[in-house]
Amino acid sequence: MKTFKMGGVHPEENKISNDAAIEVMPVPQQMVVLMNQHLGAPATPVVQKGDKVKVGQLIGEAQAFMCANVHSPVSGTVQKVDTCKDAFGLTKPAVYINVEGDEWMETIDRTPDIKRECTLEPKEIVAKLKEMGIVGLGGATFPAHIKYSIPEGKKAEYLIINAAECEPYLTSDYRVMMEHAEEVCIGVSILRKALGVPNAYIGIESNKPLAIAKMTEMAKQFQGIIVEPLKVKYPQGAEKQLINAVTGRKVPSGKLPIDVGCVVSNLGTAFSVYEAIQKNKPLIENILTVTGKKLPSQHNYIVRIGTTYNDIIKHSIGELPATTGKVISGGTMMGKAVVNLDAPTVKGNSSVLVMDEAEARRNPETACIRCGKCMHACPMGLEPYLFSSLVKNNRIEEAKEHNILDCIECGCCFFSCPANKPLTDEIRLGKNRVRAMMAAKK
Amino acid sequence: MNLLNISGSPHVHSDESTKKIMWRVNMALVPALLVAIAYFGINALLVSIISVAACVLFQWLIEKFILKVPTTVSDGSAVVTGLLLAFNVPATVDMMWIVVIGALVAIGVAKMAFGGLGKNPFNPAIVGRIFLLISFPVQMTTWPQVGGLFPMDFDVATGATPLGAFKEGALPEGVTFMDAFLGHVGGSLGEVSAIAILIGACYLLWKKIITWHIPVAFIGTAFVFSGILWLVDSTAYMDPLMTILTGGIMLGACFMATDMVTTPMAKSGQLIFGFGCGLLTIIIRNWGAYPEGVSFAILLMNCVTPLINRWCKPQRFAN
Repeated sequence: MKTFKMGGVHPEENKISNDAAIEVMPVPQQMVVLMNQHLGAPATPVVQKGDKVKVGQLIGEAQAFMCANVHSPVSGTVQKVDTCKDAFGLTKPAVYINVEGDEWMETIDRTPDIKRECTLEPKEIVAKLKEMGIVGLGGATFPAHIKYSIPEGKKAEYLIINAAECEPYLTSDYRVMMEHAEEVCIGVSILRKALGVPNAYIGIESNKPLAIAKMTEMAKQFQGIIVEPLKVKYPQGAEKQLINAVTGRKVPSGKLPIDVGCVVSNLGTAFSVYEAIQKNKPLIENILTVTGKKLPSQHNYIVRIGTTYNDIIKHSIGELPATTGKVISGGTMMGKAVVNLDAPTVKGNSSVLVMDEAEARRNPETACIRCGKCMHACPMGLEPYLFSSLVKNNRIEEAKEHNILDCIECGCCFFSCPANKPLTDEIRLGKNRVRAMMAAKK
Repeated sequence: MNLLNISGSPHVHSDESTKKIMWRVNMALVPALLVAIAYFGINALLVSIISVAACVLFQWLIEKFILKVPTTVSDGSAVVTGLLLAFNVPATVDMMWIVVIGALVAIGVAKMAFGGLGKNPFNPAIVGRIFLLISFPVQMTTWPQVGGLFPMDFDVATGATPLGAFKEGALPEGVTFMDAFLGHVGGSLGEVSAIAILIGACYLLWKKIITWHIPVAFIGTAFVFSGILWLVDSTAYMDPLMTILTGGIMLGACFMATDMVTTPMAKSGQLIFGFGCGLLTIIIRNWGAYPEGVSFAILLMNCVTPLINRWCKPQRFAN
């Protein structure tokens, strides 16, 4: 079975919401749509106070290069164009909408029919991805139209779809594969066409045998889709590791996947590509997991993007258990702890993960015993223990020389450290300092 | 509403801890301790208990009254040092007070003076042992006869170790490979039985506390190097199999050269470390003043560990 070669860990999988079918979350009364839901510059609001909007109507336009369109996930009246604190406490430009009914744009095909044929040319596909505001749903929210515009002189040879879902707890990609295998395969075919590559590889960790069987069966009906079972090892779904597992190639330090002829997209992205290209539906919904060991029930939902964390919690489980310690957006290895539950969800959110107080607590730090476990766990072949002391002593230049910027922040070092040293935190700080140093030199 | 915790990722931990590692090492030392008690009697147990108690006590006193920091004795690292120190001395009545001095040197000088666990460049138990060897040469080389469970007799006949006897001229009569493998030979308290040490080492390998690199490189190098010498002149040099089964090679390779703190981290560095230990051990045994060289070999290689760490980097993902 294929896997990446170096390092890695195996955290408890905890896929406890595996069997919960995707439910539809009701539309909330109030909606706040952030203009900055993607990597890059915020979109520019193109609506004003008092405007009527429909579901799927463009409300934020991508004017900068690295930017993506934002569409209204609800219908109603624009209350104001202002700012809003996001889930992590950062102030972002936002459009506030009073929800009235649920009136969709006429252009959107809401019938349940599945459309296989796509007659668009590659250039037209990319243009439509831009129009529909599609971004990568694997976590980085990289605008899809930029990823699929291959720069001059570069050539794509592989399209890799990341369905590893190696993060503990998360099951949204799994549910999409189980319930929408055909749409996913159509989406993958469209992306394959956009790139003009012969084959697309869907990498799935082998702890999802049902999904592997389902996707393999469905892929037979399509040309050039290969399902690739992967060993259960974290971070199998990290971009560079996935490329290494599927193709054996290695993305050099500071380079992009396209430099080794690869383009990687998340499985959720493929599904939203299907909806955008075949159904004219912009990216206005997320599929996310509501899970936690102490929750009374486990769920997977399709949610209008912009529904707040509190709305999701209220609808799914009523209220947070009294012993809640942490709410995480994403998985336990790379997800971010939510500061503000009143904040709206954004494109790419994959979960509301509720951790118990005891589970969320960090053990006290003890002395480094130089066991080297961090180094052997590092999938990038780095030396986390060394970064820790270099950063503490402000030896930033040396940290850079030891390739600190190659760190993908997967968390394997901290996870495996017997001294509980917050290595990943220290490396993040170090990376920021290295970047600041490089910016100052320019 | 309750305030939520926030922190950077990851939000889960493997639950591995220094404490677990150290207590597992202690577990792994139990078979060798049991064999020592079976062969050297109650003396072996008393020396071990005194050594462990002294190490723990010194660490606690230093932390409480000199460094004035919260005590860390529960992490079990002082117990490891105490056991290893006891394993490196003869199981005699004299040792019951001498080992206390060794414990003070091991914990006070080799460990706490450098800043405590994780910061010591040299293996504390080895420093303690070498201090005792140089300071108490007679007592440290007076080996009890392998005997019953209660050799409390003060006039206990002293035997020779295979290595000591060989240095004087020839192996003692009737020492077989099986004796050396099971531990039915003279020697330091915990080093005599290869099988007991290997059982402990297998446990550590299973629990992923050590990897095969250092023990295999150490023992392999000693075997090959002494084998070459033996092939050249089988009367002047010891049989290679006897070489690795006697003295402290097994104990040193499995438990002291694998100490995380004082040995290299990268696999390649660990191979170099093991190779150096094996080579130095055989050189000291054959051409040095002492019949045994494991402690000195490991101590010398401890010296170059920072250098090896600087030199042997892990393979970067893409370079």
